Amino acid sequence: MSHYRGLEAGPVMFHGYNGDQGAAYYARPTLGGKYPGIVVIHHLPGWDEWTVEVVRKFTHHGYATISPHLYFREGSDSPDDLGARVRAAGGVADAQVMGDVAGAMAYLRAQPNANGKIGVIGFCSGGRHAYLAACTLSGIDAAVDCWGGNVIVDNPKELNAKHPVAPIDLTERLRCPLLGIFGNDDANPTRDQVNRTEAVLKRFNKTYEFYRYDGAGHAFFNTYRDAYRPEQALDGWRKVFAFLSRYLMTSAASIAAA
Amino acid sequence: MCSYIVEKTALVGSAKDRKAWTRIDTANVYFDHPYHSTLDHVLAIDFTNEGEGGRDRVAIELSADSACALVERILAALASGEEGCAAGWRTGTADGVVLNHWCVRAPC
Repeated sequence: MSHYRGLEAGPVMFHGYNGDQGAAYYARPTLGGKYPGIVVIHHLPGWDEWTVEVVRKFTHHGYATISPHLYFREGSDSPDDLGARVRAAGGVADAQVMGDVAGAMAYLRAQPNANGKIGVIGFCSGGRHAYLAACTLSGIDAAVDCWGGNVIVDNPKELNAKHPVAPIDLTERLRCPLLGIFGNDDANPTRDQVNRTEAVLKRFNKTYEFYRYDGAGHAFFNTYRDAYRPEQALDGWRKVFAFLSRYLMTSAASIAAA
Repeated sequence: MCSYIVEKTALVGSAKDRKAWTRIDTANVYFDHPYHSTLDHVLAIDFTNEGEGGRDRVAIELSADSACALVERILAALASGEEGCAAGWRTGTADGVVLNHWCVRAPC
């Protein structure tokens, strides 16, 4: 595995859902060459410092990486204030998030360093969004769902105008390989829900890999949380990079790394 | 767990952050992952003024045990509150704790 210690990173503007222009965080290796792109879909609490670190981590591993700010329409307050406001409003609409993810993908494709391959990864609600994107957006070559809750919706009353369809019901349309990372102590998704998701993927003969970790709950990659589990997180990150490398890295990117 | 489950209540009151007092008219209450606390889950309360747009909040995060203890102290403080402004106090009990409730809003 090659690491790219030189990187350029900072805020950029992208065009998302409805053509709305918003902020994103973008990072790329400074070494010349072609690189696969990654869209990092942030978690429910917001577009925060950990999200920025994840973007830089992917670039360190050889990806041009962007994380769109899904709450940019709410203003420029601190991430936690924006996240709290969005939570109180019941989240953001799936259609809007999908439009923003598609816009972030378009940003990556437009860069001169693009190798033509794009992956999406999401954490928490972002994991659910990654699953949804893999089922509904074209042009995704690999998707990673990190502990995305509400892929399965057991109570139909929880579906609403913002979240009208349970992502599990769109699985037949899944268009790319999917990696899932889960903690077995998580309450959303539960171990049973992860099992049922896997059963549906098998039923539709989809290409997927699921890894479940004992002694870990929700958000166990997050170093800012009490939930952080270093041993499980280190292995999980290895799984993520091995999976994405298999489907996104091309010989052009490998040559650039040499 | 991460969710959008939020208990909301309208309220009448004021809150003070570092800068100043501000009127509040809503409390958003949820049990979920925190922003600041290192606990895995907290009882979070966001006090806002939705009538003025709800952009600013006074936020607290408590452990579940702390939140329960606080509820008990709130009820105890209300029970032992002054009776001087009261008009039509009614006494009831909840779990053995004697409570005084306002029947009508009386100007103090």
